[in-house]
Amino acid sequence: MWTYAAQRVLYAIPIALGVSIVCFCLVYLAPGDPLQSLLPADATAEDIAAIRRLYGFDKALPLQYLDWLVRVISGDLGISLQTNRPVLEEVLRALSNTLSIAVGAVLLAFVLAFTLGTIAAYNRGKLIDRVATALSAVGVSIPNYWLAIVLVIVFAVNLRWLPATGMGGQGSDSFNWLDWDQARYAILPMVTMALLPLGVVMRSSRSAVAEVLGQDFVQMLRAKGLRPIAILTHAVRNALPQILAIMGLQLGYLIGGSILIETIFTWPGTGFLMSKAILTRDIPLLQGTILVLALAFVAINLVVDILQTVVDPRVKRA
Amino acid sequence: MVRLNGPMACKIKKIAVAAGLSLATLGAASAESVVTVAMTAADIPDWAGQPDQGFEGTRFVGYSLYEGLVSWDLSSSDKEVDIIPGLATAWNVDPENPRRWLFDLRTDAAFHDGCAWNADAAEWNISRLIDEAHPAFSPVQFARARSRTSAIEGVEKVDEDTIAITTKTVESLFPYNLVYVLMLSKCAVEAAGNDFAVYAEAPAGSGPYKFGSVVPHERLELVKNEDYWNQARIPKHDKLVLLPMPEATTRAAALLSGQVNFVEAPSPDMIPALEGAGMQIITNAYPHTWPYILNNLTAPFNDVRVRQAINYAVNRDDMVAMLGGIAAISYGPYTKSQANYGEAFEYPHDPAKATALLQEAGCYPCTITVAISPSGSGQMQPLPMNELVKAQLEQAGFVVNFEVIDWNTMITVYSSGAVAYPQYNAVNFSSAVMEPLTFVKNFMRKYQTPNGSNWGGYYNEQVEALLEETITSFDADHRNDLLRQAHKIVTEDGARLTVVSDLNPRALAPNLSGFVQAQSWFQDMTPIVVNE
Repeated sequence: MWTYAAQRVLYAIPIALGVSIVCFCLVYLAPGDPLQSLLPADATAEDIAAIRRLYGFDKALPLQYLDWLVRVISGDLGISLQTNRPVLEEVLRALSNTLSIAVGAVLLAFVLAFTLGTIAAYNRGKLIDRVATALSAVGVSIPNYWLAIVLVIVFAVNLRWLPATGMGGQGSDSFNWLDWDQARYAILPMVTMALLPLGVVMRSSRSAVAEVLGQDFVQMLRAKGLRPIAILTHAVRNALPQILAIMGLQLGYLIGGSILIETIFTWPGTGFLMSKAILTRDIPLLQGTILVLALAFVAINLVVDILQTVVDPRVKRA
Repeated sequence: MVRLNGPMACKIKKIAVAAGLSLATLGAASAESVVTVAMTAADIPDWAGQPDQGFEGTRFVGYSLYEGLVSWDLSSSDKEVDIIPGLATAWNVDPENPRRWLFDLRTDAAFHDGCAWNADAAEWNISRLIDEAHPAFSPVQFARARSRTSAIEGVEKVDEDTIAITTKTVESLFPYNLVYVLMLSKCAVEAAGNDFAVYAEAPAGSGPYKFGSVVPHERLELVKNEDYWNQARIPKHDKLVLLPMPEATTRAAALLSGQVNFVEAPSPDMIPALEGAGMQIITNAYPHTWPYILNNLTAPFNDVRVRQAINYAVNRDDMVAMLGGIAAISYGPYTKSQANYGEAFEYPHDPAKATALLQEAGCYPCTITVAISPSGSGQMQPLPMNELVKAQLEQAGFVVNFEVIDWNTMITVYSSGAVAYPQYNAVNFSSAVMEPLTFVKNFMRKYQTPNGSNWGGYYNEQVEALLEETITSFDADHRNDLLRQAHKIVTEDGARLTVVSDLNPRALAPNLSGFVQAQSWFQDMTPIVVNE
């Protein structure tokens, strides 16, 4: 397993390099100027040129990329143009905030979706299957920003059970899932965030388990007189690698943060950070965020691959 | 429900709220009183010197922690805002050198960390923003202050309480620049090793609030400065908490659920719900117009008839109605509430006349391309507003093509000028003529972008002469007279299509009183009382 993991880590290096080139170029291809958001709108051409020189944006693009890459390899992602703080510090803080709801959202979605999907697969064509299928359709169809607003109106404004926005009375520095006063701030964004993976994973679970249940060895198990729960256990174990892969992808998407959800709940995560970096053309912050998220995505998939080999040794042999 | 607007409305609402809550105030407990503001900004404005996040950053952070040599008089909602002494008590131009300004410094002010305010501090602050070799030079701060400091040639200490600033050319309006140049404690910056990231952990200005604490990107807490030199402006609450909340629905929900008690710019469609829940909606006129800035350099807007046609074609009443009354009709860069509006030319809605003018100019149908942004500072509700303008213009014979670009790109287009973007016949870019210098820079040829903010290269010989005299005249009354004359010509010339001016709505919780909404982008938060 360790050789397999080492191979996957090595594969990640060219991916990271490719990602770094793509994200560096994409940021520059977009219209707009990183210096415009630093300067007042009536800044003169002379002022803009002076600032461009001060920040090193007057150098050729390949030179800027090489400068950046050398710094990145040494662990320095640069300084945010807007906040003047280290990019790595900014990204890690945002990533930690997003993870605090994304992990909860994925677990919530996984438990609910996998259970309902399995039940639906075992009861194909029955009422419970139809209800689960409808739920999954709702999950993938409802725009999460709409659900976010509805949840805020119902639970924050009307019922006043949960807060509408933010990450705790004193911000993320004092956020703690074990303290209800803080944790309640995360409930609405987490539930909203869970909606999409709930729908996707439920559909996948249903089809994966249904497919396994249709295979010959399940007929054999039935013929041998195994109880339904034992048959289902065999089926689930065979379907699990496929569902894990989908869960890994979903977690990867979620740690990229949802710009809409995090904006509506003013949740200071990666989506919120990235949207600000895009709007202000904060190039070092944008490049650093994309790179860290891409690497995190690769890392999550690596963990999922390893988990798959644990659950199903046939994956390793393949 | 009838909603009152304008200065008188502000006053009535203020009195009503104050009267309604006075009894409650009598019995107020000694618990900490906190004003929690939901800002429209997506991040906390930089608190380590010259703020970012546009004027919202200057409003809530800049003028709370810091001050300039010159300040704004934000004490009233009934009168136009002008500059008053800040950390300088008086200023005069040197009789022997019209480029040399002498500033008498306040002797009763000090920085929050106890550092002295004197000529050394003032000279150090200005030098660090103009001299790249200065030990406390910061590219970010330099960039943010640049358009206000580029006129400065040098600064010198005259005596312990006086400094002299020399400008590159004669500029009678120069002091207006200094209202944006904020003074920091030299001791605090030097203690941080001239590193502004370190300084941000313990910043010190001289303003009515001191730094309390911060969670980056999330909240900034400022606390009352009990030792503030201006006794009348010592905050009437203990703490000012600033939260970035770019989404209008979230701000409204935060107010309704009690998480905040002061909300910036509620959206027009949320205002009835907020009023219904007992919130105070406060509006007032201020210098913020919503225009199409026309490219006067090329066809079709190099023809005055086409410029006038576009002004006749728009129905401003409809726009105000669509915005639910949170805007006022406007015809020029100065709003009607400003004295220098003077006798501006006011265009009635007359689509037939617009059509006739287009036909006379040989541009019928008249195809134009306008750059618009879906959001941005001061852009109000850009998408529905532009759709309405398009519909009205097309009734009169224009064919309007929109090019939608994001706000950062729009700033690039604006800063580069019409010459660099000839594909646009106009840009929809909000305008704020808060001080005479802005008007001058918007309409003089020598300030044609990229050398200033005359984006469309407007030129009129008479206006040029009037404004040249304005920037060299040291008689304020005469200057204003010249500006009024120029404004009349500019509107008659149809230099821009100005549709409405914003009324700057804010929503306050019912238990806040004392807020006076000045006719400005900036506001004084210190008088706010938090009642039980």
